[in-house]
Amino acid sequence: MSLKSPLGKVLGLGSAKEGTEHWWSQRVTAVAMIPLSLWFVIAVLGLPAFDYVTVSAWMAAPVNAVLLLLFTGTLLYHSMLGTQVVIEDYVHGFAKVATLIIVRFIYVALAVAAIFSILRVSLGN
Amino acid sequence: MSTKNRPLSPHLSAYKFNIGSTMSIMHRLTGVAMSVGTLLLDSWLIATASGPQGYDHFASIAGSLLGKLAIAGWVFGFYYHFANGIRHLFWDAGKGFELSQARASGITVALLSGLATVITWFLLFG
Repeated sequence: MSLKSPLGKVLGLGSAKEGTEHWWSQRVTAVAMIPLSLWFVIAVLGLPAFDYVTVSAWMAAPVNAVLLLLFTGTLLYHSMLGTQVVIEDYVHGFAKVATLIIVRFIYVALAVAAIFSILRVSLGN
Repeated sequence: MSTKNRPLSPHLSAYKFNIGSTMSIMHRLTGVAMSVGTLLLDSWLIATASGPQGYDHFASIAGSLLGKLAIAGWVFGFYYHFANGIRHLFWDAGKGFELSQARASGITVALLSGLATVITWFLLFG
């Protein structure tokens, strides 16, 4: 006996396969954030000062630039996944879809701006 | 058929305060707050890329009372979400579900994140 719905039988596609993708990505990015965020906090607290010369020199160092790219990228992705769940819980109907799309646009823009900025500081103007 | 006069499920105020639910909503609140805080991180990166003038402009805003409050809040949000997130990962792995364990891990998270927050505040502003 098959538990497939009549529509499922006709389409022959099986399960959705990506049904757990969002949940799993949230966990994987959470695990990645453990070392990355610890590095960020310790590195920033270790800065002798927060003036332009100190910060830009720190950001320009290859190891810092790479870790900062990984940190910012993972952070924004993890944050986007979480924000999406919150919106899905509290916003309904057309407003939900509109909010989800706008928020996604904002996250992509933030990620591109962050990556561009780090590379600009690291690779020179 | 009217859907307005249907009975509601018990309102939030009907429930007794407990560690589990309070820490759960705190995890979400700190997550949302830090998501807004990514704008601060992005501004810092963009300001650094824009050069000394832009950076000084950002630094004066971040160094203001409001900026310091935002950073202080971010520090607490970070340690809380970090520690409680690890607690959640253990649950995802199927561990620590006993009521006594969940209570103990909750108290541990609250104490550790509080302590780390105060130490970091001292390092940043002390």
